[in-house]
Amino acid sequence: MAGSADLFAALIELADDQLILGHRLSEWSGRAPILEEDLALSNLALDLIGGSRNIYTYAGLVEGKGRDEDDLAYMRLEREYLNCLLVERGNDDFAQTMLRQLYFAALMQPYWQAALASNDETIRGIAGKAVKEMAYHVRHSAEWVIRLGDGTAQSAEKMQAAVVEMHPFTEELFTMSEAARACAKAGSLPDRESLRAEWSRTIASVFEQALLTVPEVRFPQSGGRQGRHGEEMGHILAELQYVQRTHPGLTW
Amino acid sequence: MYSQGLIGSDSSTDETVEFLAAFQARIDAEEKIEPNDAMPEGYRRTLIRQIGQHAHSEIIGMQPEGNWITRAPSLRRKAALLAKVQDEGGHGLYLYSAAETLGVSREDLTDQLLDGRAKYSSIFNYPTLSWADIGTVGWLVDGAAIMNQIPLCRCSFGPYARAMIRVCKEESFHQRQGYEILLTLCKGSAAQKEMAQESLNRWWWPVLMMFGPSDGESVHSDQNTKWGIKRFSNDALRQKFIDATIPQAKVLGIEVPDPDLKWDDSLNDGRGGYVHGPIDWDEFWRVVKGHGAMNRDRIRNYKKTVDDGAWVREAAMAHAEKRAARKLAMAAE
Ligand SMILES: [Fe+2]
Ligand SMILES: [Fe+2]
Repeated sequence: MAGSADLFAALIELADDQLILGHRLSEWSGRAPILEEDLALSNLALDLIGGSRNIYTYAGLVEGKGRDEDDLAYMRLEREYLNCLLVERGNDDFAQTMLRQLYFAALMQPYWQAALASNDETIRGIAGKAVKEMAYHVRHSAEWVIRLGDGTAQSAEKMQAAVVEMHPFTEELFTMSEAARACAKAGSLPDRESLRAEWSRTIASVFEQALLTVPEVRFPQSGGRQGRHGEEMGHILAELQYVQRTHPGLTW
Repeated sequence: MYSQGLIGSDSSTDETVEFLAAFQARIDAEEKIEPNDAMPEGYRRTLIRQIGQHAHSEIIGMQPEGNWITRAPSLRRKAALLAKVQDEGGHGLYLYSAAETLGVSREDLTDQLLDGRAKYSSIFNYPTLSWADIGTVGWLVDGAAIMNQIPLCRCSFGPYARAMIRVCKEESFHQRQGYEILLTLCKGSAAQKEMAQESLNRWWWPVLMMFGPSDGESVHSDQNTKWGIKRFSNDALRQKFIDATIPQAKVLGIEVPDPDLKWDDSLNDGRGGYVHGPIDWDEFWRVVKGHGAMNRDRIRNYKKTVDDGAWVREAAMAHAEKRAARKLAMAAE
Protein backbone atom coordinates (compact mmCIF):
# COMPACT_ATOMS: atom_id res chain seq x y z
CA MET A 1 0.00 0.00 0.00
CA ALA A 2 1.08 3.55 -0.71
CA GLY A 3 1.00 5.77 2.35
CA SER A 4 -2.25 7.65 2.83
CA ALA A 5 -0.44 10.95 2.30
CA ASP A 6 0.62 9.79 -1.17
CA LEU A 7 -2.84 8.57 -2.06
CA PHE A 8 -4.32 11.82 -0.80
CA ALA A 9 -1.95 13.93 -2.93
CA ALA A 10 -2.47 11.79 -6.02
CA LEU A 11 -6.24 12.01 -5.62
CA ILE A 12 -6.02 15.79 -5.26
CA GLU A 13 -4.12 15.98 -8.56
CA LEU A 14 -6.96 14.08 -10.23
CA ALA A 15 -9.77 16.00 -8.55
CA ASP A 16 -8.20 19.40 -9.19
CA ASP A 17 -7.76 18.59 -12.88
CA GLN A 18 -11.45 17.74 -13.10
CA LEU A 19 -12.70 20.69 -11.08
CA ILE A 20 -10.63 23.31 -12.88
CA LEU A 21 -11.36 21.94 -16.36
CA GLY A 22 -15.05 21.64 -15.43
CA HIS A 23 -14.95 25.25 -14.25
CA ARG A 24 -13.42 26.39 -17.53
CA LEU A 25 -16.04 24.48 -19.54
CA SER A 26 -18.83 25.91 -17.39
CA GLU A 27 -17.71 29.38 -18.45
CA TRP A 28 -19.14 28.54 -21.89
CA SER A 29 -22.66 28.25 -20.51
CA GLY A 30 -24.86 30.56 -22.57
CA ARG A 31 -21.94 31.50 -24.84
CA ALA A 32 -21.42 28.56 -27.19
CA PRO A 33 -21.49 28.97 -30.99
CA ILE A 34 -24.55 26.73 -31.37
CA LEU A 35 -27.33 26.12 -28.85
CA GLU A 36 -26.94 22.33 -29.10
CA GLU A 37 -23.25 22.73 -28.35
CA ASP A 38 -24.01 24.91 -25.34
CA LEU A 39 -25.91 21.97 -23.87
CA ALA A 40 -23.13 19.54 -24.80
CA LEU A 41 -20.42 21.67 -23.16
CA SER A 42 -22.49 21.79 -19.98
CA ASN A 43 -22.67 18.00 -20.06
CA LEU A 44 -18.90 17.76 -20.29
CA ALA A 45 -18.54 20.21 -17.40
CA LEU A 46 -21.10 18.35 -15.31
CA ASP A 47 -19.26 15.04 -15.83
CA LEU A 48 -16.00 16.56 -14.66
CA ILE A 49 -17.42 18.47 -11.70
CA GLY A 50 -19.50 15.45 -10.65
CA GLY A 51 -16.42 13.23 -10.84
CA SER A 52 -14.33 15.73 -8.87
CA ARG A 53 -16.86 15.57 -6.03
CA ASN A 54 -16.39 11.81 -5.68
CA ILE A 55 -12.63 12.09 -5.79
CA TYR A 56 -12.47 14.95 -3.25
CA THR A 57 -14.79 13.07 -0.93
CA TYR A 58 -12.57 10.02 -1.10
CA ALA A 59 -9.44 12.14 -0.66
CA GLY A 60 -10.99 13.64 2.47
CA LEU A 61 -11.63 10.17 3.87
CA VAL A 62 -8.11 9.02 3.04
CA GLU A 63 -6.67 12.10 4.73
CA GLY A 64 -8.75 11.49 7.82
CA LYS A 65 -8.94 15.12 8.99
CA GLY A 66 -12.65 15.50 8.42
CA ARG A 67 -12.40 17.65 5.29
CA ASP A 68 -15.30 17.22 2.88
CA GLU A 69 -15.52 17.89 -0.87
CA ASP A 70 -16.20 21.59 -0.40
CA ASP A 71 -13.43 22.11 2.15
CA LEU A 72 -11.04 20.66 -0.39
CA ALA A 73 -12.49 22.35 -3.46
CA TYR A 74 -12.94 25.80 -1.95
CA MET A 75 -10.73 26.35 1.06
CA ARG A 76 -7.17 25.78 -0.08
CA LEU A 77 -4.47 28.21 -1.11
CA GLU A 78 -3.47 28.52 -4.74
CA ARG A 79 -0.17 26.72 -4.14
CA GLU A 80 -2.09 23.72 -2.77
CA TYR A 81 -4.00 23.11 -6.01
CA LEU A 82 -2.21 20.42 -7.99
CA ASN A 83 -3.96 20.54 -11.39
CA CYS A 84 -1.81 20.57 -14.48
CA LEU A 85 -1.46 23.85 -16.37
CA LEU A 86 -3.35 22.55 -19.42
CA VAL A 87 -6.72 22.55 -17.66
CA GLU A 88 -6.47 26.07 -16.27
CA ARG A 89 -5.71 27.74 -19.61
CA GLY A 90 -8.43 30.28 -20.45
CA ASN A 91 -11.06 29.76 -23.12
CA ASP A 92 -9.40 31.59 -26.01
CA ASP A 93 -11.90 30.34 -28.54
CA PHE A 94 -13.96 27.27 -29.36
CA ALA A 95 -11.10 25.59 -31.27
CA GLN A 96 -8.77 25.83 -28.29
CA THR A 97 -11.48 24.65 -25.89
CA MET A 98 -12.17 21.53 -27.93
CA LEU A 99 -8.49 20.81 -28.38
CA ARG A 100 -7.82 21.18 -24.65
CA GLN A 101 -10.65 18.71 -24.06
CA LEU A 102 -9.24 16.25 -26.55
CA TYR A 103 -5.75 16.43 -25.05
CA PHE A 104 -7.13 15.82 -21.57
CA ALA A 105 -9.70 13.13 -22.36
CA ALA A 106 -7.36 11.22 -24.68
CA LEU A 107 -5.24 10.54 -21.62
CA MET A 108 -7.98 10.17 -19.02
CA GLN A 109 -9.97 7.63 -21.00
CA PRO A 110 -7.15 5.04 -20.93
CA TYR A 111 -6.20 6.22 -17.44
CA TRP A 112 -9.58 5.33 -15.97
CA GLN A 113 -9.65 2.20 -18.09
CA ALA A 114 -6.43 1.11 -16.39
CA ALA A 115 -7.79 2.21 -13.02
CA LEU A 116 -10.54 -0.39 -13.36
CA ALA A 117 -7.82 -2.85 -12.35
CA SER A 118 -6.88 -0.85 -9.22
CA ASN A 119 -6.56 -2.76 -5.97
CA ASP A 120 -8.61 0.02 -4.34
CA GLU A 121 -12.34 -0.61 -4.53
CA THR A 122 -13.37 3.06 -4.28
CA ILE A 123 -11.06 3.96 -7.13
CA ARG A 124 -12.50 1.15 -9.25
CA GLY A 125 -15.94 2.62 -8.58
CA ILE A 126 -14.88 6.12 -9.61
CA ALA A 127 -13.14 4.72 -12.70
CA GLY A 128 -16.20 2.75 -13.80
CA LYS A 129 -18.21 5.93 -14.24
CA ALA A 130 -15.38 8.10 -15.52
CA VAL A 131 -14.20 5.73 -18.23
CA LYS A 132 -17.52 5.93 -20.08
CA GLU A 133 -17.68 9.70 -19.72
CA MET A 134 -14.14 10.17 -20.98
CA ALA A 135 -14.82 7.98 -24.01
CA TYR A 136 -17.64 10.38 -24.90
CA HIS A 137 -15.42 13.42 -24.28
CA VAL A 138 -12.82 12.02 -26.66
CA ARG A 139 -15.43 11.35 -29.32
CA HIS A 140 -17.13 14.70 -29.00
CA SER A 141 -13.98 16.81 -28.92
CA ALA A 142 -12.33 14.80 -31.70
CA GLU A 143 -15.34 15.38 -33.94
CA TRP A 144 -15.02 19.11 -33.44
CA VAL A 145 -11.27 19.19 -33.92
CA ILE A 146 -11.78 17.36 -37.21
CA ARG A 147 -14.67 19.60 -38.28
CA LEU A 148 -12.73 22.76 -37.56
CA GLY A 149 -9.42 21.47 -38.90
CA ASP A 150 -11.08 20.38 -42.14
CA GLY A 151 -13.74 23.10 -42.34
CA THR A 152 -13.07 26.55 -43.76
CA ALA A 153 -9.66 28.17 -44.29
CA GLN A 154 -10.39 30.36 -41.28
CA SER A 155 -11.30 27.49 -38.98
CA ALA A 156 -8.27 25.48 -40.10
CA GLU A 157 -6.05 28.40 -39.25
CA LYS A 158 -7.60 28.83 -35.81
CA MET A 159 -7.37 25.12 -35.15
CA GLN A 160 -3.69 24.93 -36.03
CA ALA A 161 -3.01 28.07 -33.98
CA ALA A 162 -4.67 26.37 -31.01
CA VAL A 163 -2.40 23.34 -31.49
CA VAL A 164 0.69 25.53 -31.49
CA GLU A 165 -0.55 27.35 -28.40
CA MET A 166 -1.66 24.31 -26.37
CA HIS A 167 0.73 21.53 -27.31
CA PRO A 168 3.49 22.67 -24.93
CA PHE A 169 1.09 22.02 -22.05
CA THR A 170 0.49 18.36 -22.91
CA GLU A 171 3.77 17.04 -21.53
CA GLU A 172 2.64 17.73 -17.98
CA LEU A 173 -0.25 15.29 -18.40
CA PHE A 174 2.33 12.53 -18.07
CA THR A 175 4.22 13.96 -15.12
CA MET A 176 4.46 11.44 -12.31
CA SER A 177 4.80 13.18 -8.96
CA GLU A 178 6.34 11.21 -6.12
CA ALA A 179 2.87 10.60 -4.72
CA ALA A 180 1.58 9.36 -8.07
CA ARG A 181 4.59 7.10 -8.45
CA ALA A 182 4.06 5.58 -5.00
CA CYS A 183 0.39 4.91 -5.86
CA ALA A 184 1.30 3.33 -9.19
CA LYS A 185 3.83 1.13 -7.46
CA ALA A 186 1.26 0.10 -4.88
CA GLY A 187 -1.31 -0.69 -7.57
CA SER A 188 -3.94 1.83 -6.50
CA LEU A 189 -3.60 4.23 -9.47
CA PRO A 190 -2.26 3.82 -13.03
CA ASP A 191 1.12 4.94 -14.28
CA ARG A 192 0.55 7.91 -16.60
CA GLU A 193 3.80 7.34 -18.48
CA SER A 194 2.61 3.90 -19.57
CA LEU A 195 -0.36 5.51 -21.35
CA ARG A 196 1.70 7.90 -23.47
CA ALA A 197 1.78 5.66 -26.54
CA GLU A 198 -1.98 5.28 -26.57
CA TRP A 199 -2.46 9.02 -26.11
CA SER A 200 -0.10 9.76 -29.00
CA ARG A 201 -1.93 7.30 -31.25
CA THR A 202 -5.28 8.92 -30.50
CA ILE A 203 -3.95 12.41 -31.15
CA ALA A 204 -2.15 11.33 -34.34
CA SER A 205 -5.29 9.70 -35.71
CA VAL A 206 -7.47 12.75 -35.00
CA PHE A 207 -4.85 15.16 -36.36
CA GLU A 208 -4.56 13.16 -39.55
CA GLN A 209 -8.28 13.51 -40.20
CA ALA A 210 -8.21 17.15 -39.09
CA LEU A 211 -5.26 17.95 -41.39
CA LEU A 212 -3.28 19.24 -38.43
CA THR A 213 0.41 18.84 -37.71
CA VAL A 214 1.89 18.08 -34.33
CA PRO A 215 4.37 20.86 -33.61
CA GLU A 216 7.80 20.16 -32.27
CA VAL A 217 7.85 21.29 -28.67
CA ARG A 218 11.28 22.22 -27.45
CA PHE A 219 10.19 23.81 -24.19
CA PRO A 220 7.24 22.06 -22.54
CA GLN A 221 5.39 24.05 -19.88
CA SER A 222 4.76 22.56 -16.47
CA GLY A 223 4.49 23.48 -12.80
CA GLY A 224 0.86 22.92 -11.85
CA ARG A 225 1.58 19.54 -10.30
CA GLN A 226 3.90 21.30 -7.88
CA GLY A 227 1.34 24.02 -7.25
CA ARG A 228 3.08 26.58 -9.46
CA HIS A 229 0.30 27.92 -11.66
CA GLY A 230 -0.18 30.52 -14.34
CA GLU A 231 -1.53 33.98 -13.59
CA GLU A 232 -5.05 32.93 -14.62
CA MET A 233 -5.31 30.42 -11.75
CA GLY A 234 -5.67 33.16 -9.15
CA HIS A 235 -8.62 34.57 -11.08
CA ILE A 236 -10.30 31.19 -11.28
CA LEU A 237 -9.97 30.80 -7.53
CA ALA A 238 -11.13 34.37 -6.88
CA GLU A 239 -14.43 33.48 -8.50
CA LEU A 240 -14.65 29.91 -7.28
CA GLN A 241 -13.96 30.80 -3.66
CA TYR A 242 -15.70 34.16 -3.54
CA VAL A 243 -18.79 33.24 -1.47
CA GLN A 244 -16.98 30.75 0.77
CA ARG A 245 -14.20 33.22 1.51
CA THR A 246 -16.58 36.13 2.11
CA HIS A 247 -18.75 34.18 4.56
CA PRO A 248 -16.52 31.41 5.91
CA GLY A 249 -17.82 28.38 7.73
CA LEU A 250 -21.48 28.53 6.67
CA THR A 251 -23.78 26.04 4.99
CA TRP A 252 -25.03 26.85 1.51
CA MET B 1 -38.30 29.83 -17.81
CA TYR B 2 -40.99 31.27 -19.25
CA SER B 3 -43.67 33.09 -21.11
CA GLN B 4 -45.04 36.46 -20.19
CA GLY B 5 -48.35 37.95 -21.16
CA LEU B 6 -47.72 38.41 -24.86
CA ILE B 7 -46.42 41.87 -25.63
CA GLY B 8 -47.80 43.62 -28.69
CA SER B 9 -49.45 40.81 -30.59
CA ASP B 10 -51.38 41.44 -33.76
CA SER B 11 -53.96 38.74 -34.31
CA SER B 12 -55.86 40.44 -37.15
CA THR B 13 -56.68 38.01 -39.91
CA ASP B 14 -58.66 38.11 -43.16
CA GLU B 15 -59.89 34.63 -44.07
CA THR B 16 -63.50 33.93 -45.04
CA VAL B 17 -66.18 33.76 -42.40
CA GLU B 18 -66.78 30.07 -43.18
CA PHE B 19 -63.10 29.20 -42.82
CA LEU B 20 -62.83 31.03 -39.54
CA ALA B 21 -66.01 29.42 -38.22
CA ALA B 22 -64.80 25.92 -39.13
CA PHE B 23 -61.46 26.63 -37.46
CA GLN B 24 -63.20 27.99 -34.38
CA ALA B 25 -65.33 24.86 -34.19
CA ARG B 26 -62.20 22.72 -34.00
CA ILE B 27 -60.81 24.90 -31.22
CA ASP B 28 -64.11 24.78 -29.34
CA ALA B 29 -64.12 20.98 -29.61
CA GLU B 30 -60.65 21.07 -27.93
CA GLU B 31 -59.04 19.52 -31.01
CA LYS B 32 -55.31 20.10 -31.29
CA ILE B 33 -54.19 22.15 -34.28
CA GLU B 34 -51.13 20.57 -35.93
CA PRO B 35 -48.51 22.31 -38.10
CA ASN B 36 -49.88 21.09 -41.44
CA ASP B 37 -53.49 21.97 -40.64
CA ALA B 38 -55.11 25.00 -42.26
CA MET B 39 -55.11 27.90 -39.82
CA PRO B 40 -55.87 31.62 -39.93
CA GLU B 41 -52.87 33.80 -40.66
CA GLY B 42 -53.48 35.71 -37.44
CA TYR B 43 -53.36 32.48 -35.44
CA ARG B 44 -50.08 31.47 -37.06
CA ARG B 45 -48.59 34.93 -36.57
CA THR B 46 -49.67 35.12 -32.94
CA LEU B 47 -48.19 31.72 -32.16
CA ILE B 48 -44.92 32.45 -33.90
CA ARG B 49 -44.68 35.62 -31.89
CA GLN B 50 -45.59 34.02 -28.60
CA ILE B 51 -43.47 30.88 -29.00
CA GLY B 52 -40.58 32.99 -30.27
CA GLN B 53 -40.88 35.35 -27.32
CA HIS B 54 -41.00 32.38 -25.00
CA ALA B 55 -37.94 30.77 -26.60
CA HIS B 56 -36.00 34.03 -26.41
CA SER B 57 -36.88 34.32 -22.72
CA GLU B 58 -35.37 30.90 -22.09
CA ILE B 59 -32.20 31.85 -23.93
CA ILE B 60 -31.76 35.33 -22.48
CA GLY B 61 -32.70 33.90 -19.07
CA MET B 62 -29.52 31.82 -19.16
CA GLN B 63 -27.51 35.02 -18.60
CA PRO B 64 -28.65 36.20 -15.16
CA GLU B 65 -28.35 32.71 -13.71
CA GLY B 66 -25.20 31.84 -15.62
CA ASN B 67 -23.75 34.89 -13.86
CA TRP B 68 -23.33 32.75 -10.71
CA ILE B 69 -22.15 29.40 -12.09
CA THR B 70 -18.47 30.10 -11.51
CA ARG B 71 -19.21 31.57 -8.06
CA ALA B 72 -21.67 28.99 -6.71
CA PRO B 73 -20.78 28.36 -3.06
CA SER B 74 -20.57 24.55 -3.09
CA LEU B 75 -19.90 21.86 -5.66
CA ARG B 76 -23.43 20.53 -5.27
CA ARG B 77 -24.90 23.98 -5.94
CA LYS B 78 -22.53 24.58 -8.82
CA ALA B 79 -23.56 21.36 -10.55
CA ALA B 80 -27.26 22.02 -9.91
CA LEU B 81 -27.08 25.57 -11.25
CA LEU B 82 -25.13 24.55 -14.33
CA ALA B 83 -27.71 21.83 -14.99
CA LYS B 84 -30.55 24.31 -14.51
CA VAL B 85 -29.12 26.81 -16.95
CA GLN B 86 -28.60 23.91 -19.34
CA ASP B 87 -32.28 22.97 -18.94
CA GLU B 88 -33.28 26.52 -19.88
CA GLY B 89 -31.21 26.21 -23.04
CA GLY B 90 -33.01 22.93 -23.72
CA HIS B 91 -36.36 24.69 -23.30
CA GLY B 92 -35.24 27.28 -25.82
CA LEU B 93 -34.36 24.48 -28.18
CA TYR B 94 -37.77 22.71 -27.98
CA LEU B 95 -39.52 26.02 -28.38
CA TYR B 96 -37.53 27.07 -31.43
CA SER B 97 -38.37 23.66 -32.88
CA ALA B 98 -42.07 24.20 -32.13
CA ALA B 99 -41.90 27.62 -33.83
CA GLU B 100 -40.10 26.13 -36.83
CA THR B 101 -43.13 23.91 -37.49
CA LEU B 102 -44.97 27.16 -38.25
CA GLY B 103 -42.53 28.05 -41.00
CA VAL B 104 -40.05 30.37 -39.32
CA SER B 105 -36.38 29.53 -38.85
CA ARG B 106 -34.36 29.75 -35.66
CA GLU B 107 -32.04 32.17 -37.45
CA ASP B 108 -34.93 34.50 -38.35
CA LEU B 109 -36.21 34.43 -34.81
CA THR B 110 -32.73 35.17 -33.49
CA ASP B 111 -32.39 38.12 -35.88
CA GLN B 112 -35.71 39.46 -34.61
CA LEU B 113 -34.45 39.22 -31.04
CA LEU B 114 -31.17 40.93 -31.80
CA ASP B 115 -32.70 43.82 -33.74
CA GLY B 116 -35.38 44.39 -31.12
CA ARG B 117 -38.44 43.31 -33.15
CA ALA B 118 -39.02 40.35 -30.82
CA LYS B 119 -39.25 40.69 -27.05
CA TYR B 120 -38.33 38.44 -24.15
CA SER B 121 -39.56 38.43 -20.58
CA SER B 122 -38.93 41.75 -18.85
CA ILE B 123 -37.75 39.94 -15.70
CA PHE B 124 -34.39 39.08 -17.26
CA ASN B 125 -33.52 42.73 -17.50
CA TYR B 126 -32.89 42.75 -13.77
CA PRO B 127 -29.43 41.81 -12.47
CA THR B 128 -28.53 38.87 -10.20
CA LEU B 129 -26.47 40.54 -7.48
CA SER B 130 -26.11 37.94 -4.76
CA TRP B 131 -26.12 34.17 -4.35
CA ALA B 132 -29.59 34.52 -2.81
CA ASP B 133 -30.81 35.79 -6.18
CA ILE B 134 -30.23 32.31 -7.59
CA GLY B 135 -32.63 30.99 -4.97
CA THR B 136 -35.14 33.78 -5.55
CA VAL B 137 -35.08 33.44 -9.31
CA GLY B 138 -35.73 29.70 -9.05
CA TRP B 139 -38.47 30.09 -6.47
CA LEU B 140 -40.29 33.10 -7.91
CA VAL B 141 -39.33 33.46 -11.56
CA ASP B 142 -39.60 29.76 -12.35
CA GLY B 143 -42.63 29.71 -10.04
CA ALA B 144 -44.35 32.46 -12.02
CA ALA B 145 -43.38 30.70 -15.23
CA ILE B 146 -45.15 27.56 -14.05
CA MET B 147 -48.33 29.53 -13.31
CA ASN B 148 -48.20 30.99 -16.80
CA GLN B 149 -47.30 27.75 -18.53
CA ILE B 150 -49.51 25.13 -16.92
CA PRO B 151 -52.52 26.47 -18.86
CA LEU B 152 -50.35 26.41 -22.00
CA CYS B 153 -50.06 22.62 -21.67
CA ARG B 154 -53.64 22.71 -23.00
CA CYS B 155 -52.89 25.27 -25.70
CA SER B 156 -54.74 24.60 -28.96
CA PHE B 157 -51.51 24.36 -30.95
CA GLY B 158 -50.22 20.79 -30.53
CA PRO B 159 -46.43 21.27 -30.71
CA TYR B 160 -46.53 24.16 -28.22
CA ALA B 161 -48.78 22.27 -25.81
CA ARG B 162 -46.51 19.21 -25.92
CA ALA B 163 -43.36 21.28 -25.42
CA MET B 164 -44.99 22.92 -22.40
CA ILE B 165 -45.74 19.60 -20.71
CA ARG B 166 -42.09 18.68 -20.78
CA VAL B 167 -40.93 22.17 -19.84
CA CYS B 168 -43.33 22.48 -16.89
CA LYS B 169 -41.94 19.34 -15.26
CA GLU B 170 -38.46 20.79 -15.32
CA GLU B 171 -39.61 24.23 -14.18
CA SER B 172 -41.22 22.77 -11.08
CA PHE B 173 -37.96 21.04 -10.28
CA HIS B 174 -36.18 24.40 -10.68
CA GLN B 175 -38.72 26.07 -8.46
CA ARG B 176 -38.21 23.58 -5.62
CA GLN B 177 -34.45 23.81 -6.01
CA GLY B 178 -34.57 27.61 -5.77
CA TYR B 179 -36.80 27.48 -2.72
CA GLU B 180 -34.40 25.04 -1.09
CA ILE B 181 -31.51 27.47 -1.63
CA LEU B 182 -33.49 30.15 0.21
CA LEU B 183 -34.54 27.73 2.94
CA THR B 184 -30.88 26.96 3.56
CA LEU B 185 -30.04 30.67 3.73
CA CYS B 186 -32.97 31.44 6.02
CA LYS B 187 -31.93 28.69 8.43
CA GLY B 188 -28.33 29.96 8.31
CA SER B 189 -26.56 32.97 9.75
CA ALA B 190 -28.06 36.44 10.17
CA ALA B 191 -26.05 37.59 7.15
CA GLN B 192 -27.46 34.77 5.03
CA LYS B 193 -31.02 35.52 6.05
CA GLU B 194 -30.49 39.18 5.31
CA MET B 195 -29.16 38.21 1.90
CA ALA B 196 -32.40 36.30 1.25
CA GLN B 197 -34.60 39.20 2.42
CA GLU B 198 -32.68 41.76 0.39
CA SER B 199 -33.05 39.56 -2.67
CA LEU B 200 -36.81 39.14 -2.19
CA ASN B 201 -37.12 42.91 -1.80
CA ARG B 202 -35.61 43.46 -5.22
CA TRP B 203 -37.41 40.66 -7.11
CA TRP B 204 -40.95 40.70 -5.72
CA TRP B 205 -42.46 43.50 -7.78
CA PRO B 206 -40.71 42.66 -11.05
CA VAL B 207 -41.93 39.07 -10.65
CA LEU B 208 -45.54 40.24 -10.26
CA MET B 209 -45.07 42.21 -13.48
CA MET B 210 -44.17 38.99 -15.30
CA PHE B 211 -47.87 38.19 -15.63
CA GLY B 212 -48.36 41.29 -17.74
CA PRO B 213 -50.57 44.32 -17.29
CA SER B 214 -54.14 44.08 -16.07
CA ASP B 215 -56.30 42.60 -18.77
CA GLY B 216 -58.18 45.83 -19.27
CA GLU B 217 -54.99 47.19 -20.84
CA SER B 218 -53.61 44.00 -22.37
CA VAL B 219 -53.92 44.06 -26.15
CA HIS B 220 -55.92 41.46 -28.10
CA SER B 221 -56.19 39.00 -25.25
CA ASP B 222 -59.82 38.30 -26.22
CA GLN B 223 -58.96 36.80 -29.58
CA ASN B 224 -56.19 34.73 -28.02
CA THR B 225 -58.67 33.37 -25.50
CA LYS B 226 -61.10 32.37 -28.27
CA TRP B 227 -58.30 30.61 -30.10
CA GLY B 228 -57.33 28.61 -27.05
CA ILE B 229 -53.90 30.20 -26.77
CA LYS B 230 -54.69 31.98 -23.54
CA ARG B 231 -56.87 30.40 -20.84
CA PHE B 232 -56.72 32.75 -17.87
CA SER B 233 -56.46 36.48 -17.50
CA ASN B 234 -53.16 38.04 -16.43
CA ASP B 235 -54.75 39.19 -13.19
CA ALA B 236 -56.18 35.75 -12.41
CA LEU B 237 -52.76 34.13 -12.86
CA ARG B 238 -51.08 36.81 -10.78
CA GLN B 239 -53.64 36.25 -8.01
CA LYS B 240 -53.04 32.49 -8.05
CA PHE B 241 -49.31 33.09 -7.85
CA ILE B 242 -49.53 35.47 -4.90
CA ASP B 243 -51.87 33.16 -3.01
CA ALA B 244 -49.51 30.23 -3.50
CA THR B 245 -46.36 32.21 -2.70
CA ILE B 246 -47.16 34.15 0.49
CA PRO B 247 -47.45 30.99 2.66
CA GLN B 248 -44.08 29.85 1.28
CA ALA B 249 -42.51 33.19 2.25
CA LYS B 250 -43.90 32.72 5.76
CA VAL B 251 -42.17 29.35 6.05
CA LEU B 252 -38.93 31.04 5.05
CA GLY B 253 -39.53 33.78 7.59
CA ILE B 254 -38.98 36.62 5.13
CA GLU B 255 -41.49 39.24 4.00
CA VAL B 256 -42.60 40.52 0.64
CA PRO B 257 -42.02 44.27 0.35
CA ASP B 258 -45.69 45.24 0.09
CA PRO B 259 -47.10 47.20 3.03
CA ASP B 260 -50.60 46.99 1.51
CA LEU B 261 -50.68 43.21 1.31
CA LYS B 262 -53.62 41.79 3.26
CA TRP B 263 -55.92 38.80 3.34
CA ASP B 264 -59.41 39.34 1.95
CA ASP B 265 -62.08 36.69 2.66
CA SER B 266 -64.19 37.76 -0.29
CA LEU B 267 -61.58 36.96 -2.98
CA ASN B 268 -61.54 33.75 -5.07
CA ASP B 269 -65.31 33.21 -4.82
CA GLY B 270 -65.32 33.45 -1.07
CA ARG B 271 -62.32 31.15 -0.48
CA GLY B 272 -60.23 34.19 0.29
CA GLY B 273 -56.97 35.47 -1.11
CA TYR B 274 -54.36 38.19 -0.82
CA VAL B 275 -54.93 41.75 -1.99
CA HIS B 276 -51.72 43.40 -3.12
CA GLY B 277 -50.66 47.03 -3.33
CA PRO B 278 -50.32 48.96 -6.62
CA ILE B 279 -47.85 47.69 -9.22
CA ASP B 280 -45.61 50.28 -10.85
CA TRP B 281 -46.58 49.76 -14.48
CA ASP B 282 -44.44 52.69 -15.54
CA GLU B 283 -41.45 50.65 -14.47
CA PHE B 284 -42.77 47.65 -16.41
CA TRP B 285 -43.17 49.60 -19.65
CA ARG B 286 -39.85 51.33 -19.17
CA VAL B 287 -38.12 47.94 -18.92
CA VAL B 288 -40.11 46.40 -21.80
CA LYS B 289 -39.12 49.33 -23.98
CA GLY B 290 -35.43 48.71 -23.33
CA HIS B 291 -34.55 50.93 -20.42
CA GLY B 292 -34.12 48.41 -17.59
CA ALA B 293 -30.80 47.88 -15.83
CA MET B 294 -29.68 44.99 -18.02
CA ASN B 295 -31.50 45.30 -21.39
CA ARG B 296 -28.47 46.57 -23.27
CA ASP B 297 -26.09 44.05 -21.71
CA ARG B 298 -28.37 41.10 -22.39
CA ILE B 299 -28.67 41.85 -26.09
CA ARG B 300 -25.05 42.90 -26.48
CA ASN B 301 -23.85 39.67 -24.80
CA TYR B 302 -26.10 37.53 -26.93
CA LYS B 303 -25.07 39.33 -30.10
CA LYS B 304 -21.44 38.72 -29.19
CA THR B 305 -22.19 35.02 -28.69
CA VAL B 306 -23.91 34.80 -32.07
CA ASP B 307 -21.18 36.78 -33.84
CA ASP B 308 -18.27 34.99 -32.17
CA GLY B 309 -19.75 31.62 -33.11
CA ALA B 310 -20.27 32.43 -36.80
CA TRP B 311 -16.94 30.96 -37.93
CA VAL B 312 -17.68 27.72 -36.06
CA ARG B 313 -21.09 27.34 -37.67
CA GLU B 314 -19.60 28.09 -41.10
CA ALA B 315 -16.84 25.54 -40.53
CA ALA B 316 -19.31 22.86 -39.43
CA MET B 317 -21.34 23.46 -42.58
CA ALA B 318 -18.27 23.45 -44.84
CA HIS B 319 -17.05 20.23 -43.26
CA ALA B 320 -20.42 18.54 -43.69
CA GLU B 321 -20.43 19.54 -47.36
CA LYS B 322 -16.92 18.18 -47.88
CA ARG B 323 -17.88 14.89 -46.30
CA ALA B 324 -20.99 14.58 -48.38
CA ALA B 325 -18.98 15.32 -51.54
CA ARG B 326 -16.36 12.71 -50.61
CA LYS B 327 -19.04 10.14 -49.95
CA LEU B 328 -20.60 10.88 -53.31
CA ALA B 329 -17.22 10.60 -55.05
CA MET B 330 -16.57 7.26 -53.35
CA ALA B 331 -19.96 5.94 -54.35
CA ALA B 332 -19.26 6.95 -57.96
CA GLU B 333 -16.00 4.97 -58.11
FE1 LIG C 1 -37.25 27.22 -18.76
FE1 LIG D 1 -36.52 27.04 -15.26
